[in-house]
Amino acid sequence: MFYREAGDFKTSYREDSQTFPIKFDRLRYYAVLVVAFGIVPLFINDYWANAVAVPFLIYAIAAIGLNILVGYAGQVSLGTGGFMAVGAYAVYKLMTAFPDVNIFFHVIIAGFITAAVGVIFGLPSLRIKGFYLAVATLAAQFFLVWLFNKVPWFYNYSASGQINAPERTVFGVFVTGAQTSAMAKYMFCLVMLTLVALVARNLTRGTVGRKWMAIRDMDIAAEIIGVNPLTTKLSAFAVSSFFIGIAGALFFAVYLGAAEVGEAFGIQKSFLILFMVIIGGLGSIFGSFAGAAFLVLLPVFLKNVLVGTLGWPTDLAAHIELMIVGGLIVAFLIAEPHGLAQLWRVAKEKLRLWPFPH
Amino acid sequence: MKDMNEGYVTADGRQIGGVIMEMKNITLRFGGVVAIKDISFDIREGEIRAIIGPNGAGKSSMLNVISGFYIPTEGEVFYKGIKRGPMKPYQVARLGIARTFQNIALFDGMSVLDNIMTGRLTHMKKGLMSQAGWWWTGAAAEEHENREKVEKIIDFLEIQNIRKTPVGRLPYGLKKRVELARALAAEPKILLLDEPMAGMNVEEKEDMSRFILDVNDEFGTTIVLIEHDMGVVMDLSDRVVVMDYGKKIGDGTPDEVRSNQDVIDAYLGVAHD
Repeated sequence: MFYREAGDFKTSYREDSQTFPIKFDRLRYYAVLVVAFGIVPLFINDYWANAVAVPFLIYAIAAIGLNILVGYAGQVSLGTGGFMAVGAYAVYKLMTAFPDVNIFFHVIIAGFITAAVGVIFGLPSLRIKGFYLAVATLAAQFFLVWLFNKVPWFYNYSASGQINAPERTVFGVFVTGAQTSAMAKYMFCLVMLTLVALVARNLTRGTVGRKWMAIRDMDIAAEIIGVNPLTTKLSAFAVSSFFIGIAGALFFAVYLGAAEVGEAFGIQKSFLILFMVIIGGLGSIFGSFAGAAFLVLLPVFLKNVLVGTLGWPTDLAAHIELMIVGGLIVAFLIAEPHGLAQLWRVAKEKLRLWPFPH
Repeated sequence: MKDMNEGYVTADGRQIGGVIMEMKNITLRFGGVVAIKDISFDIREGEIRAIIGPNGAGKSSMLNVISGFYIPTEGEVFYKGIKRGPMKPYQVARLGIARTFQNIALFDGMSVLDNIMTGRLTHMKKGLMSQAGWWWTGAAAEEHENREKVEKIIDFLEIQNIRKTPVGRLPYGLKKRVELARALAAEPKILLLDEPMAGMNVEEKEDMSRFILDVNDEFGTTIVLIEHDMGVVMDLSDRVVVMDYGKKIGDGTPDEVRSNQDVIDAYLGVAHD
């Protein structure tokens, strides 16, 4: 079994346009799905779920969302944290107002609510571009956090100003609240991520994706070819915010369980997810996964090495860890500005020709 | 020979139809600068119409007026006999007017195939929701139908081998060809070419000329082109508009234009005594 295109002839456009045109890739993809759905849940414990698996799954959803906006449509956004907060508060209000409806639908509806909010904050993109747009979306970030702090209706007038996820079940299994098992959290987020990745892939490989990329690469030519910049940019904001809203809803309801908006969804969150997208690779679904994995796993890994293996004090390790992560990001971006996805692409390209590169 | 609605037959025996687009007293001003001054001419169905003139004569501005990118300060544009109101460029695209650019305007981050597929946008109707469903909602079927049309154009322009190459990696001549392919993919009624041969060597120019003639012949596309290479213009076009300093100084068949005194003066200069 080798990584080869030779002899793998495509005789229909359907075959030619599949996500993994090379057979080996396809098998590897199925293998990943089998492991993720069939094997990991059997072994997962609380530590792995809370430190690694669940944050990775949720950040991957958010990174896919942001990648659609920044990587595919070329609209810079620093409002990700704010939009995640919209998803979180939307799902909180829905969970408390309609306790009988399945949480799955609450999460999806929270996504749609975030999409609507995203479209409103996407309106400036019709007039401004680049850094100026980034600043405009930054306003969204601060405004939304302020709003959820300021208006008690959003946190149901609770004394602490926090929101707490009530216990909810899917098929009789708890997915939110204190009784939730590690496996349930993991599976719920995994199903969401799989759906999001599928939809993202379908959107980016068709007309909609090409419209986004056309606007990104050359907006004037795109318009003359028949791309309506208004609907295209706003659809990018809508889809992106939809995914980010789902990520925010899961982050609050499944992962944190209780959240205070400024702490959980502050500006750091916006930057973290933007870093994931940049490090992973702009305009690549795989890149979103890779970036999320990199920034979730690296701190955990460093912590285990520094505290576990070398026996350093925890506080010192925490600071050194930040410095190492920062340094690695800089070094990495200098070495490969197009991100992990590009590294992966180059590696595959080389592997395809190996061992006869000429 | 130039009756308004009957059309005419060219020297090489092609039937040219009636007027498809008419420019009436077009004036275009940018602040104090007059780019186009009171120009009228028509474009007939199926013909190759050239716009020539020295640098800065207003040719590209004229093309932008036709493509709807500029809205003329004064004057009217009639398309298929109906007056065209102020429109956004993407709306004009839906009327069946496509163009290429003087300095290539391809989408560099996308493959050749994706670039040409964007040309099919005006023919693809599936919305966001059905795109998300892909196989189940027919978006894939629509995609593959359009892929088939795009493949015909890829065959036609002989760029099969670079289908999956990112556009940024292609040499100049091929980029020009891909841009032509993208415009053709829209199956336009009128194709506007802004200096399709700029910066090409003789061989590439020959190829491009052949493609332009083939497009006109095979698809019956009306072609409006701006070009500096006089040899090419005189060989390809059925009728020529000559502009100088924003004004029209000549209009007619290549032979008529060639013997027009104003045109000769504009190109060669006039002796001042």
